[in-house]
Amino acid sequence: MKYVRSWLLPVIALAIAFAIGALMMKLQGANPLKAYESLFSSAFGSSAGISKTLGKATPLIISGLAVTICLRAGLFNIGVQGQLLAGALASAWAGYAIHGLPLFIHLPIALFFGTFFGALTGIIAGALKAYRGVHEVITTIMLNSLVLQLGEYLAYGPFKEPGQQLARTPEVLSSAKIPDLFGMPVGFFIAITLAVIAWWIFKKTTSGFRLETVGRNKNAAWYAGISVKRSILISMFIGGGLAGLGGAIETLGVVGRYEPAFNAGLGFDGITIALLGRANPLAVIPGAILFGGMRGAGGSMQFAAGVSPDIIDLILALVLFFVTAPLIGKWIKTVRGNEAITTGGWGN
Amino acid sequence: MIKKYLGSRWSPFVATFSVILFFYLKDALATTSVVATSITFGLPLAMAAMVGIMCERTGIVNIGIEGTLLVSSFIGFFVASVSGNLLVGLFAAVCMGAVSGLLLALLSVTWKMDQIIAGTIINILATGLTSFFYKQGHTLPSTFPEIDIPGLSAIPFFGPVLFMHGPLTFLGFFLILVLWVALYFTPWGLRSRSVGEHPGSADTAGVSVVRMRYLNVTIAGAFGGLTGAYLTLELVGSWDRGFSAGRGFTALALMIFGRWNPLGALAAALFFGVAQAITNQLMITEVVTIPQQFTNMLPYVLTILILAISAGKVRAPAAEGQPYEKESA
Amino acid sequence: MKTPLLELTNITKKYPGVIANEDISLTVNKGEIVALLGENGAGKSTLVKAVFGLVRPDSGEIRINGHLIAPGDTAGAIAHGVGMVHQHFQLVPVMSVTDNIILGDEPTRGLFINKRAARAEVLALSEKYGLQVDPDAIVENLPVGMQQRIEILKALRKDVDLLILDEPTAVLTPQEIDELLNVIRNLAKSGVGVLFISHKLREVIAVADRIVVLRNGKAVGITTPKESDEESLAHLMVGRDVVLQVEKGEAKAKEVVLSIRNLHVNDDRKLTAVTGFDLDVHAGEILGIAGVEGNGQRELVEAICGMRPRIKGSVLVSGVETPDMHPRRVHAMGISHIPEDREKHGLVASYSIEDNLVLNQFDQPPFAKGWIRNAYALESNANTLVKEFDIRTPSIKTTAGALSGGNKQKVVVARELSQKTKVVVAAQPTRGVDVGSIEFIHNQLVAARDNGAAVLLVSAELDEVLSLSDRIAVMFGGKIVAFLDGKDADRAKIGRLMAGLSE
Repeated sequence: MKYVRSWLLPVIALAIAFAIGALMMKLQGANPLKAYESLFSSAFGSSAGISKTLGKATPLIISGLAVTICLRAGLFNIGVQGQLLAGALASAWAGYAIHGLPLFIHLPIALFFGTFFGALTGIIAGALKAYRGVHEVITTIMLNSLVLQLGEYLAYGPFKEPGQQLARTPEVLSSAKIPDLFGMPVGFFIAITLAVIAWWIFKKTTSGFRLETVGRNKNAAWYAGISVKRSILISMFIGGGLAGLGGAIETLGVVGRYEPAFNAGLGFDGITIALLGRANPLAVIPGAILFGGMRGAGGSMQFAAGVSPDIIDLILALVLFFVTAPLIGKWIKTVRGNEAITTGGWGN
Repeated sequence: MIKKYLGSRWSPFVATFSVILFFYLKDALATTSVVATSITFGLPLAMAAMVGIMCERTGIVNIGIEGTLLVSSFIGFFVASVSGNLLVGLFAAVCMGAVSGLLLALLSVTWKMDQIIAGTIINILATGLTSFFYKQGHTLPSTFPEIDIPGLSAIPFFGPVLFMHGPLTFLGFFLILVLWVALYFTPWGLRSRSVGEHPGSADTAGVSVVRMRYLNVTIAGAFGGLTGAYLTLELVGSWDRGFSAGRGFTALALMIFGRWNPLGALAAALFFGVAQAITNQLMITEVVTIPQQFTNMLPYVLTILILAISAGKVRAPAAEGQPYEKESA
Repeated sequence: MKTPLLELTNITKKYPGVIANEDISLTVNKGEIVALLGENGAGKSTLVKAVFGLVRPDSGEIRINGHLIAPGDTAGAIAHGVGMVHQHFQLVPVMSVTDNIILGDEPTRGLFINKRAARAEVLALSEKYGLQVDPDAIVENLPVGMQQRIEILKALRKDVDLLILDEPTAVLTPQEIDELLNVIRNLAKSGVGVLFISHKLREVIAVADRIVVLRNGKAVGITTPKESDEESLAHLMVGRDVVLQVEKGEAKAKEVVLSIRNLHVNDDRKLTAVTGFDLDVHAGEILGIAGVEGNGQRELVEAICGMRPRIKGSVLVSGVETPDMHPRRVHAMGISHIPEDREKHGLVASYSIEDNLVLNQFDQPPFAKGWIRNAYALESNANTLVKEFDIRTPSIKTTAGALSGGNKQKVVVARELSQKTKVVVAAQPTRGVDVGSIEFIHNQLVAARDNGAAVLLVSAELDEVLSLSDRIAVMFGGKIVAFLDGKDADRAKIGRLMAGLSE
């Protein structure tokens, strides 16, 4: 029974969101069935489509995980955006500025750079929370904007591609680019592996148990001898690191450089996906694939039914609304994602 | 010593005015223009910060200000564009803002959802709705014209700075003052603050916590709508995706920086506006180049620093973020 | 016959598993002070909250000046002249005294609060009732006694006929208490009816015109100070009949295991709660601490278990000093702790029973091999303990939050007593627990004793302390005021000691 409930809520939320989306199309005089059909057939109907979908899903899985792990430890990491950007920026720099290394050394170094700077961005918020009691939501929001500005500055200034009008870094060297494997993006497999590892850590290890106990009941965790401060630092470090890695994979595998227009919306999609998967690391995967498919194939609806791909934004927003609002949750109890989060005032 | 200085209630004012005075003595003309521009930069932020203050003073955390600004500026722009009437657009924006406030109240007061998730939902919904309904090619008939108050606008420095603005600028400043007076000198203010600090005391004194929160969050939303209208119908004159550009988040920082006090947040916003205007001015005259991005970072860095230094001293309304349970009274 | 100011008829209020009020009737007349006397959990607060509309009684009638008040109608109660001073003050800490008093009914001039009139009103009010306050002071800077005055003035401002005071003296110093009693007398003289809740005999005798004694939700006696003395009231309050008899053999006390030396501990408000404590508990005995709640018991327990800083002094297990503020290491040295607040500290409600059963040893073998948790060991441990401790649950995977209070507590008890332990600190081990589980938990504590553990029992239930303890220490005002032998402890005597009276 419990098992049924855990997937019923997201499914109902998705169904309602798609229904409202259809209504909107109808109001615009378009044919929603045709639009949805083209959306799904172009996202999942061909091997090229699937490859594109999985490529889009990759950073989403990772940013969803970054939110999920913090949710498990009782923290709401709105800073995934900033951590992602920090990772993208650092990996782009490592990708173009370090010369003369073979792929199997250069790529890991570039990925590490992204991960590390993402983690650094995360742990700033973690440390402020653990030692100064500053709420992580406010600091991560501030850090998001800070990193965005910093990235813009670097892309216009010190990191700018010479002789370019646009603000962007030089392209990363081929020795730092993520290769495809049998036509499938390698990053996707990294992401899946990470999701499985995260799931396993929470399922099987004492470390996972520690973080989760803090997330569920800080007082009982302390009574049981678990350091709450350490848990906060660790989860923000890992969350930030994952987000940074996501940014690095997107940079080194897809975009090829850092530019201020870098898709920071990945961070907000990550929040939605994490809440949709109710803080279960494995549930992030289908959520991210669905989102990735819709984001990747949204344009096809324009051809097939004359529907603006922006409907995707609306549908995804509605999904989040219905999955978190107690409208449906009232009769499908226990939304774990919500339980894990407790919000206090900003000041202390 | 630094701690003490930063902790002072008047620190934003002192900082702002000393900066202005310094530059005015150096170059009166440029400073006048800089300060006048800084009002243009600072006012929308100050107005957005008022939205946060009104909500948080009654105990509701609002991180959906960004969404409110986005969706109301969007509606304001399109209604004005389609109807060809700025006032109709203004009215629509204010209504839309109020609706977004009402939604936040529904989610956080009635459904007792986590308020940060509620705010996130409003932001994401606003992004989704506006990008779906957005269509290129719309233009405004005009923007709200500047009003020069006769006589007063001729005064050197103060004239251009204070008395030559569009109608919504005047309205915005006026309403910020009204909010300050209302918050500290009227029964509404006293009740609002008590609901945000200790809802049990308000409830046992016969003040309905739920009604108070609904009222204030909705009014705050309407004020956010006015801010959105100001941005599109008076300041910019157009609308594009992501139009609010993070102002709603900056507003949160300014709200905290200004210690949940309307005048404090106003001063913080103006201080920030001045810093930005100075950078612009310096870039134009090419004396020194401080990258624009660094002044943009200022409120965020200051907020983080202030929260870190004065942890436990900067006091948010005590009941913020917590749904009110009558049983525990 | 004249109508009483307040008339309660057959009030009954049941909570799941507990009857808070059973068939209670009482009256308060104009100018009369009626005291509601009873132990913690006797149902006093529930009854007055029903009068004020904060609790909805299941049956019974509430009449004020003859008007029937609908259940749960706070506004109606206020409109008919009921004022209440809450046990937990309902004041806004960051606001001034004046702001707090006028809140909800502010004097205005036009749109604005008339601050001058408000201030004058507060001063006049303060004059009228002889309660000195500084109208401009900020509430959080004031001592507790002063805050209570404000709370009283707030209630009196609305021209009350009936003033309810819920445990008003619980947080006051003796001097503040004397002042408060004078205020209450003056109020009654001016015609206000007062309903006054307390568990302190002396105050009740000093101030009340009539005393209603509650025990286990029932009104067990109505008397006057003239007809009674502290001893007879103590009898009425704690009851003669021992409800729970525990089968236990003779204690075979051995060496001292837990010793506390000159311990000083502060409470949450940083006021001294435990003052210079010395205590020895021997292996193989149960030492029960009796006392009215709020006399330092909670702080004592938390300091022993490493959950509250020790200002001075030490806690030793078998002669070795235990670390301050480190619950895990204290536990590792052999002190098991059944915490007073099981929902807050004892359990993670959303965790399964099997996880809760290893909450403070999840990373020890056999429950973990290095980094990996051992699901098989968890399961077999849970299966054993569920059987052994009679935890009634559909499955060991059920979340702890889904269990009844008694079974939740059994999970905590099973976890703490199944480990090898030298000392068991049990704080309110049967609070909110059904009778069957109480008996079971009592037997487990006795079994722990028989296995050679030193058991420190802290309970606000005098019956529990009497039936379990081999030795009894009575705590009052942060100190132990007497040690008694468990076998021939006299209930009335303990009752007096608990109330701070000398023998």
